[in-house]
Amino acid sequence: MQDLAVLFKGNNLARLLGGLGVTLKLSLLSVALSVALGLIVGALMTLKNPVVRAFFRLWLETVRIVPQLVLLFLVYFGLAKAFNIQISGETAAVAVFTFWGAGEMGDLVRGAITSIPVHQRESSAALGLTRGQCWRFVLLPQAARRLVPQAINLATRMIKTTSLVMLIGVVEVLKVGSQIIDAARYDAPQAAVWIYAVVFFLYFLACWPISLVAGRLEKRWA
Amino acid sequence: MSDKPILEVRHLSKNFDANGVLKDVSFAMKEGEVIVVVGPSGCGKSTLLRCINGLERPDGGEILLDGQRIDTGADLVQVRRQVGMVFQSYDLFPHMDVLGNLTLGPVQALKRPKPEVEAEAEQALARVGLAEKAKSLPRQLSGGQKQRVALVRAMLMHPRLLLLDEITAALDPEMVREVLNVVLDLAREGMTMLIVTHEMRFAEAVADRVLFLEGGLVLEEAPPKQFFHHPQTERAQQFLNTFEFDAVR
Amino acid sequence: MDMDFIQRFTPMYVKAAGLTLRIGAIGILLSLAVGALCCLARWYRVPVLKQIASAYIELARNTPLLVQLFFLYFGLPKVGVKLSAEACAITGLTFLGGAYMAEALRSGLEAVDRAQTESGMCIGLTPLQNMRFVILPQALATAVPAIGANAIFLIKETSVFSAVALADLMYVAKDLIGMYYKTDEALLMLTVAYLTLLLPVSIAFSLWERRLRYAGFGGSVQGQ
Repeated sequence: MQDLAVLFKGNNLARLLGGLGVTLKLSLLSVALSVALGLIVGALMTLKNPVVRAFFRLWLETVRIVPQLVLLFLVYFGLAKAFNIQISGETAAVAVFTFWGAGEMGDLVRGAITSIPVHQRESSAALGLTRGQCWRFVLLPQAARRLVPQAINLATRMIKTTSLVMLIGVVEVLKVGSQIIDAARYDAPQAAVWIYAVVFFLYFLACWPISLVAGRLEKRWA
Repeated sequence: MSDKPILEVRHLSKNFDANGVLKDVSFAMKEGEVIVVVGPSGCGKSTLLRCINGLERPDGGEILLDGQRIDTGADLVQVRRQVGMVFQSYDLFPHMDVLGNLTLGPVQALKRPKPEVEAEAEQALARVGLAEKAKSLPRQLSGGQKQRVALVRAMLMHPRLLLLDEITAALDPEMVREVLNVVLDLAREGMTMLIVTHEMRFAEAVADRVLFLEGGLVLEEAPPKQFFHHPQTERAQQFLNTFEFDAVR
Repeated sequence: MDMDFIQRFTPMYVKAAGLTLRIGAIGILLSLAVGALCCLARWYRVPVLKQIASAYIELARNTPLLVQLFFLYFGLPKVGVKLSAEACAITGLTFLGGAYMAEALRSGLEAVDRAQTESGMCIGLTPLQNMRFVILPQALATAVPAIGANAIFLIKETSVFSAVALADLMYVAKDLIGMYYKTDEALLMLTVAYLTLLLPVSIAFSLWERRLRYAGFGGSVQGQ
């Protein structure tokens, strides 16, 4: 237990929190880009054009089936090799997470829009609402209630997935944790168990409140 | 018909329930008797039925089946094997065909041999005009057909008492008749039934006695002729008037 | 592209894919078992167990597998609990997957109309018979899409096991990149390997889901 003290030695705690900052920065950036792109992608996914549909279907299946870590490797190592572009691990991470997130978010948006029963549209038309008014007062509020909790859940998934970026050399919370452990290998041999437990709870503290909010909203709006 | 009551309800009360409240309800029914409960919505009719087979726990009073208390958290599974109930929404099991729906209770709950129950079920289906539907899934049936299956499902348990909770309320008008005919047949055969319904003509035809429930109290208890043609209380008169229309011109 | 290279190292990928699939399959089955236990503990409101299940589900769902794995593989040995890389991988996958499966099963149970339960009670079924014949078949039918999505998610998550020195697909690819600098070929084979593993699973589940939907399982049958 006394090996936990390593955490408070020097600036270790500050470094670990700094690593958490990198994690959160990468995930928030990816989430913001994914949401913005996902709204557009989702609207396009509702189109009936078979070429457009096939394209988005392929995109979605790709990001669903290929592991995020494989995508990270493809972009980070593959791009560098194939086109001789050297991009930083952080750029690769944001690019991959946005590629993944925009597809997933787009599907959520599509689901939310198509979940609204047709007669909602018909009864607004019967009330004499214009197309724009129908979207603004009837369809979008209902779609949003379905979409928001799911989008928040996607955000927690993204935060968790950022842990993978240490494997392409980005120094984030998990990497800082292992650096601290390596440095203290001789004075605190048991530090590994404590530091990794701390990282575990840091992630939990970052994601849990967000999950709680999503759960609340889901229940209230169900 | 014996004179000993099959069911006795004494000072039953139930508070704070979404389907209305019961304040103080007492009545008794004899074997083979058909009692129809009528009253405005929210008067506690459904709650009364749900208390009798233990789907709701009463807050006060007593319910006796064949002289035994059944409201004290006694063996509810045993009670429900003797008290059948059919709901407004049919609630057939969607993942089983009609025959599966009918035989589940007798085979699993009563441990009767399956071939025997299946033969009985097919006979019973034929009697309600659904002989060829034994292998159909519930979603392939019309509302009226589903409700007839639900009635047969309850009857195959050979209950001492059958509770019917607005079983025609979700049906299209032309299907109401086929379901009510089945109930009239059951009444003729001497089935003891406690029925909640909004079909006043049917109530008059099938009932031996009518209970008029309002605000959780029995305001009137009378033979159907008397209740429908000479209601004693003002509230009952008003209630019956809601079923009449005044000519527009 | 160096076709000779691809040919030469395909057997390595096949072997690694076998490992990925084996660990994935064991993890998924154990996850279903853990998920079912947690789900039932909460459904029947078993005191103490219910709280433990809820806390576990929140913990597992809100932390990354990689961190769970580091704790198991690098942390625990320091306090005397030594697990093989494979045992760590299976434990980690089950820890994560159990929580997701519990949620999938719960939403299946919740989707069964209360009236169905009451109907089962009204024909005299005991609570256990009611669960077995009436509720569970409908709940499972509703839960199939979520279980399928979880299965695919878990197989994908196995890609992080390379980080604890398990010779899975990812590990082989990293090795080849490091040793021969054949980045293109190694990554291509890696992607193809995952597609070969996961496409059939994905297609199988969507077919199964469609069949269930056409059979009219689950969902409400009230009204018309």
